[in-house]
Amino acid sequence: MAQVLSDAKHLVRLALLFLAGFLLFLVIRAFFVPPGFGEFGHFRTGTLQDVRNNTPLHFGGRASCGEADCHEDVTAALATDSHARVGCESCHGALAAHAADPEIAKAATLDELDLCSRCHALNPARPEGYTQQVDIEPHRDGAACSECHDAHEPSS
Amino acid sequence: MNLDRRQFLVEGTAFLLLTGAATRAWPFIEQGRPQDAPGYDFSQHWWAMFIDIEKCIGCGRCVDACKVENNVPPEAYFSRTWVERYIIPPIDPEDPMAEILPIVDSPNAGRDGFPPKPTVDGSKSFFVPKMCNHCADSPCTQVCPVGATFRGPDGVVLVDKTYCLGCRYCVQACPYGCRFIDPRTNTADKCTLCYHRITKGLTTACCEVCPTEARVLGDLRNPDDPIHQLLREHKVHVLKPDLATGAKLYYNGLDGAVR
Repeated sequence: MAQVLSDAKHLVRLALLFLAGFLLFLVIRAFFVPPGFGEFGHFRTGTLQDVRNNTPLHFGGRASCGEADCHEDVTAALATDSHARVGCESCHGALAAHAADPEIAKAATLDELDLCSRCHALNPARPEGYTQQVDIEPHRDGAACSECHDAHEPSS
Repeated sequence: MNLDRRQFLVEGTAFLLLTGAATRAWPFIEQGRPQDAPGYDFSQHWWAMFIDIEKCIGCGRCVDACKVENNVPPEAYFSRTWVERYIIPPIDPEDPMAEILPIVDSPNAGRDGFPPKPTVDGSKSFFVPKMCNHCADSPCTQVCPVGATFRGPDGVVLVDKTYCLGCRYCVQACPYGCRFIDPRTNTADKCTLCYHRITKGLTTACCEVCPTEARVLGDLRNPDDPIHQLLREHKVHVLKPDLATGAKLYYNGLDGAVR
């Protein structure tokens, strides 16, 4: 019995060593696991806020164009026409900065032939019924699109 | 700190049996739900998108809008969304057993539109907008060795850029080819479903500019969201359902040739 107990001392030392190693692991872990990790899954919860807050907005959305004293006349005309579903920024580009401050951020000038052709040029892959398709070059015969068509009121 | 015997046993056992992270999560799990993020309760949303192939006219405005909105590198192979054109030749009546090979192209990711392409007579062709499927059980998040990419409680798959190592496991794991390594930061990059927009009540940039409403963002946890009606009125399908990824891009008019 005495022999067994004296041998058990080795086991106690081993156990203490394991315990020390485990505690060291916990300390290191506390340093390396970022705050908020694991709250809702295997990720840092703060990422949701980071992605949400650290990406600037470029497209203001069509609602930002039709405010009073801005372009409400255009949005009103557009709403009743066949381009009603087309967002302002679909053609005019990202304009959140312009909506925030109309003075410093002017809308970009448009390459209307390119823009119109994207939807209205004949293309066998384009489904019929959503856009009127024309063979652009013979159709325009050297003229600019806006000489005949108003993109804000295409049906008129 | 005053503990009665029962409380001591419960918390002590939880501490011993759970990892440190799980110990912190335990109170929330007991309460039954995650708390609110300020101004946006991510437990109340489950984002998805409805994509109508029969309405996509291949204008490429979505690709352009995504690049601008999210400051994505301009090269075509760094694209968070892109549009593919499928051209499927007809079955040859002389040899109906012959394999039909679809021709797929996406010039500049579709950003500049699609110039008409000569096709075999009788071919069918259509456009397929592609982007991250925001899978509920995504293979890309399962392989991340550092927990830098994940599917959030609102169903959006995101990347934690501060912890991404750039190891590219997730790029390989995505069955839809939706990830790439951002050359500027050497971290994984992908569609965030415009998380900075949808959490503020706006729609995604691609949906905002889509002239035919071929793309519609939807919140499946909101019973009043129009996406429920769209899903009810169309016969929809997801890409690669055999992989059981829980993909949440619902395609209307998806041809079997689309991969």
